[in-house]
Amino acid sequence: MKVILKSEQIGQILDDLTSRIISEKPKGLGIATVGIRSRGEILAQRLSSRLSKKLGKEVPSGTLDITLYRDDLNSPQSSAQPQVRTTEIGFDIDDKIIVLVDDVLYTGRSARAAMDAMIDLGRPKAIRLAVLVDRIGREFPIQADYAGYKSDAAPGQLVQVNLVESDGKDEVVIE
Amino acid sequence: MALIRKGKQFEWKHKHLLGLRELNAEEITYILETAEGFEQISRRAVKKAPALRGKVVVNLFFEDSTRTRNSFALAASRLSADIIEFTEKTSSVSKGETLLDTARNLEAMGIDIVVIRHSAAGAAKFLSRSIKACVINAGDGYCEHPTQGLLDVYTIRKIRGSLEGLKIAIVGDVVHSRVASSNMWAMSKLGAEVIFVGPPTLVPTLTGRLPVSISYSLDEVVEKVDVINMLRVQFERLGGNPFPSVREYSHYFGLTVERMKRAKPDILVMHPGPINRGVEIESEVADGQNSVILEQVKNGLAVRMAVLFLVNQAAAQEK
Amino acid sequence: MSFELFIRNGRVIDPANKVDKKCDVLIIDGRIAEVGEKNQDPRLKTQDCKVIDATGKIVAPGLIDIHVHFREPGDEEEETIASGSAAAVAAGFTSVVCMPNTNPPIENETDVEYIHRKGRQTRKTHVYTMGAITKNREGVELAEMGFMAEAGAVGFTDDGNGVQEPMVMLRALKYAAMFDKVVAQHCQDNSFAGDGVMNSGFYSTVLGLPGIDSLAEEAMLWRDIQLVQKTNVRYHAQHISTAGAVELIRAAKKDSLPVTCEVTPHHLLLTEENCLEYDTNYKVNPPLRTEDDIKALKEAIAEGLVDALVSDHAPHLKSEKELVFLNAPFGIASLECAVGLYVKALIEPGVLDWPGLISLLTERPAKIIGVDKGTLGVGRQGDVTIIDPDAKYKIDVNKFRSKSRNCPYDGWTVAGKVEKTIVGGEIRFSAD
Repeated sequence: MKVILKSEQIGQILDDLTSRIISEKPKGLGIATVGIRSRGEILAQRLSSRLSKKLGKEVPSGTLDITLYRDDLNSPQSSAQPQVRTTEIGFDIDDKIIVLVDDVLYTGRSARAAMDAMIDLGRPKAIRLAVLVDRIGREFPIQADYAGYKSDAAPGQLVQVNLVESDGKDEVVIE
Repeated sequence: MALIRKGKQFEWKHKHLLGLRELNAEEITYILETAEGFEQISRRAVKKAPALRGKVVVNLFFEDSTRTRNSFALAASRLSADIIEFTEKTSSVSKGETLLDTARNLEAMGIDIVVIRHSAAGAAKFLSRSIKACVINAGDGYCEHPTQGLLDVYTIRKIRGSLEGLKIAIVGDVVHSRVASSNMWAMSKLGAEVIFVGPPTLVPTLTGRLPVSISYSLDEVVEKVDVINMLRVQFERLGGNPFPSVREYSHYFGLTVERMKRAKPDILVMHPGPINRGVEIESEVADGQNSVILEQVKNGLAVRMAVLFLVNQAAAQEK
Repeated sequence: MSFELFIRNGRVIDPANKVDKKCDVLIIDGRIAEVGEKNQDPRLKTQDCKVIDATGKIVAPGLIDIHVHFREPGDEEEETIASGSAAAVAAGFTSVVCMPNTNPPIENETDVEYIHRKGRQTRKTHVYTMGAITKNREGVELAEMGFMAEAGAVGFTDDGNGVQEPMVMLRALKYAAMFDKVVAQHCQDNSFAGDGVMNSGFYSTVLGLPGIDSLAEEAMLWRDIQLVQKTNVRYHAQHISTAGAVELIRAAKKDSLPVTCEVTPHHLLLTEENCLEYDTNYKVNPPLRTEDDIKALKEAIAEGLVDALVSDHAPHLKSEKELVFLNAPFGIASLECAVGLYVKALIEPGVLDWPGLISLLTERPAKIIGVDKGTLGVGRQGDVTIIDPDAKYKIDVNKFRSKSRNCPYDGWTVAGKVEKTIVGGEIRFSAD
């Protein structure tokens, strides 16, 4: 097990992502974050609070469960069965810039599912993808707009993001 | 075992939902938790998710029903499944085709899930042994109506948080009610105390072996319970007249405004529908502030979506 | 030249003559010639003789089953007298009594003669029949009991139905007094039984199936016993199944009433709990009851209160039993494994010994139907059953000679294999 990101580094990456998002945000448009379960929603909340501070106004944050949109429901790839959880987006997504937030971008399938879910919820002005870790191995033509750490972990390895709120500490490891 | 634990994850293994008697508290709770995740689909602009896209769900209803049938049809549709509606009157069963032949014919056309309602207890179980598709029991004779039981406990749990320690009365024609049966199993397993209330001719006599107590007096029970579930008394079905008249039944076992005055102020009033206004329940009570009857219907959709999803998952993993 | 069959060295059990010893049985020209130590009999040296070595086996009078359904005429796809007799003889039975609930029912002398003729043509077991008590077994008008009696019917019953009206049953008993034939009853009061399909109790409630209360059987049995008190006609309670029925029989026999009764193997081996999976192989009438009822029946058997063991062999088509439990027909077809089941139910738990069991399958049922059978007395017809009491075998319904397969005992391992069945001195069945 190798630690590739420590707690301060994660904080720095989130600060960096925040700046980039703000610098590219068009004037006059609302912005919100939506985190992909699980752990994406925690990062989304952290980003939202940083964005709110910098912009001086409320940037809402929501939670998205993509289980129902997965492409492997009827052809399970592993023995693990996904559990359906709630989606909690307490604001209107229409005409806003929605920043989808996930912990790791790998094959791109989760992001594809998340986009399909968002479209069924409304019509955002734009969807941007922000991830903490961007690892190689895309299976779909999807790229992150705001990527934190770029990882070249091999296909058999697991890139595990641990966060204080869910796992007790902030740390990214490769197993 | 319908539910197995893999580390922190659970897995739903049962590709049929035949009854609640065979499930334990953990399994029932898992279905309810899953249903929570489905609730919001009905609140969105696009009330669909692609989870069952390309799957075929058959509503095999041998008994009249609009509400359960529509609820399942809508649930399947919200999950993007294709639905075939099959009613006895418009089918070959009236020409003498057996249940087995009907099911095999449907299976030959390639179906994934069968939702069956039948007047014979055990019909769903019989079907699950005879075809490869998933089978969901939407009511078999006097035996069970599991999705109704689930949505009833879901409704209570949503409002009260937990059923542990709650006193729940189920009132009416209990011996002929599969709703009462499924309710009894689910509620008792989740820690509630269940009381059947009705005239001795309509209430089972087997105290001791079933997880319920019995009372012949609604007046006594109404003051003590947290939830009261009024069953529809099906006059058209009762052979041999187990009580003398509608008037007398309502007098002793109807949920009236008068009786509600003596009930706990936060009592939940439930009914599986359709309501016989003025018979088992007065209009003011059915429409009153304690009534969660419409909540039940709403929750029924989420619960049925969850059930369709879970049995499909189990079947997909089997392959 | 006469034909001889010499069965040597078996354990001869003949309760009618109080015989239970190792010895030989000699059958000449289809009749029992001698029972005793016969190795030195001079006749053996001079004549053609077939020898059967019955060492270690039980040699009993040919077994008698006084309650079977062979579905002919009318439902020949389910069973015929031919297939049923083949099953019977393979199971060790040299005589059977058919029930009259065929289609049309057996209710006049032509019908009785038809059954007898078919039985004779088959040349397997002796086939007897009971006649219906009432026309079309409807329980309204009496059937021609007189003509049927003269044609050789061995008793009367509306089996499948019970006679509902007390007045009709009274009239039937009074009328039957003219004929010295037993009147048998399938005790089922329909106003209690309703549309029940299994025993009424905890399991019927949990399964959501309508139940048949034990009162349905007991109420009619009680009523009939009162009528027997008035008429003193021989009465036989068919397939009793409840502890309450046992009580009534006990009291009736204590009062020396001419009441007899019979019990089936399924009411000694299975309970209502077996219905939990809605398997229609367990759907039977009277229904499977509780452990307490089984206990009471076994006690009654041990006390000698029960007069006969019967299979109530009720064959049905696979397609008929492949319906939901509610709609499938009642019936278990277990004639072919009967002996093994009786051993399991009564010998193994020590309720009866072999002489006790043989008695319930030979002399006592023979007395009920009034035939001169069920004994190895000299001069009687050479009906003999040879059983290996210790040989175990697995019941395989696919090997049944009966046409039907609705048998819940498939796969059971039982002891008590029938080795040979001899009817009128002819070996009509030999196990391989």
